[in-house]
Amino acid sequence: MITFEHLSHRFGDRPVLSDITCRLAEQRIGIIGANGSGKSTFVRMINGLATPTEGRVLVDDLDPARHGREVRRRVSFLFSDPDAQIIMPTVGEDIAFSLRRHKLTADQLDQRTAAILDTVGLSGYVEHPAHLLSSGQKQLLAVATVLVTEPDILIADEPTTLLDLRHTRAICELFATLTQQLVVVTHDLNVVADFERVLVIDEGRIVADGDPGECIDFYRRSMGVR
Amino acid sequence: MAIPANALTSIVARWEFADGNPLMGAAMIGVYRPGASILHRLPAGVKLLGLLVFTTAVLIWRSPITVAIGLFVVAVGYLSAGYSPRVLLAQVWPLRWIVILLVPFQWWLGGWRSAVAIVGTLILAVAAAGLVSLTTRIVDLLAVLDRVLSPLRRVGVDPERISLLIALSIRVVPVMLELVDTVREARRARGAERSLRAFATPVVVRTVGYSQRLGDALIARGIDD
Ligand SMILES: Nc1ncnc2c1ncn2[C@@H]1O[C@H](COP(=O)(O)OP(=O)(O)O)[C@@H](O)[C@H]1O
Ligand SMILES: [Mg+2]
Repeated sequence: MITFEHLSHRFGDRPVLSDITCRLAEQRIGIIGANGSGKSTFVRMINGLATPTEGRVLVDDLDPARHGREVRRRVSFLFSDPDAQIIMPTVGEDIAFSLRRHKLTADQLDQRTAAILDTVGLSGYVEHPAHLLSSGQKQLLAVATVLVTEPDILIADEPTTLLDLRHTRAICELFATLTQQLVVVTHDLNVVADFERVLVIDEGRIVADGDPGECIDFYRRSMGVR
Repeated sequence: MAIPANALTSIVARWEFADGNPLMGAAMIGVYRPGASILHRLPAGVKLLGLLVFTTAVLIWRSPITVAIGLFVVAVGYLSAGYSPRVLLAQVWPLRWIVILLVPFQWWLGGWRSAVAIVGTLILAVAAAGLVSLTTRIVDLLAVLDRVLSPLRRVGVDPERISLLIALSIRVVPVMLELVDTVREARRARGAERSLRAFATPVVVRTVGYSQRLGDALIARGIDD
């Protein structure tokens, strides 16, 4: 459960989020809105990558501004650019990096790695150099590195922006199988069309909230697209 | 775990020598390549110790004969690990400018023997280090490093941070090379090949952007845990 309580944020004297109060309890929630409307800032609040200038956000009663580590252990974050998320030279080593605090034996580590790579469709790539993967495969690896720690909540900020249609579909199909809570920022309206709830953000405010079909329609109309 | 070793090697090799330009190989310096040779199976600590002994030995007995023997040892090492002479060349290729500058200088200063000894030792050290990193997974290297550095804990240094820093540096090289390539292409496409500003500005901007994203990702992946 994620709760925003009168949350506002400004960069310098420029307001980016204005008095946002909402409660995110649905399993899959989409966030849409124009470039620069504040979507990234909104979701970055949830795992403490950004700290509000006023108000607060709570994740299961924990404030990420105060309990960053505990919150980040429950909340994983997926970015658009997989190149910035992959740290180790090979696929297997990058998964191992995510699990470095889990005190696993070599066998357990191999098993977890194999299982998660199988889930994202990268089995057989354990020893592959990570930077030689295609961008679609890199993003699948990035998904694997965040899912392998078994978070309660997964936030994704434009996870498919750099991907081709096939890999976009692969990511969506993967999302559909997840049991954790999912908050996805996207410009690809198809990605969130079958979610339980969609928020439309404009100039730092939630201007529409609810049924995906209606919210997507509202957003299209407000952008002058029919 | 089964991996298509041949397919993999061929992908890497193709990428490495794209356009027949061995310079491209520079991006692959020290990137682990899976294999089943004795060198691959040797514990990382043993290889690092061997590297230390080898480098010290060629440094102490610096001479053309030592260089010849060292070269033989290194070449046998590469061949036994299943690498072609091209892989060896790619490891030392980044040294070419230093070599071109150093050889005449050392020759003039101390004669050809000194030139061969000094430049040869340098090449040997890099080639041997390259062989170790080609046959050893980074995690294994880091594990050894964690152990070797663990006494530092007592003075308040976290060895895991140091090894992470090393892993990050290794990671950043290919990313930066790709970034520089992209900018160079964009510059060419816009007909500004010779403008330094048209090169430096986007490289700096993108590097800053990349490091911000990398920083975010590190925090999100629990770097401060
Ligand atoms: N670190 C920052 N410093 C200053 N301004 C920022 C920063 N990050 C974002 N902004 C500004 O805040 C606004 C909202 O940004 P963002 O949340 O990234 O929007 P979105 O993700 O919807 O495109 C934009 O106008 C952007 O320029
Ligand atoms: Mg954004």
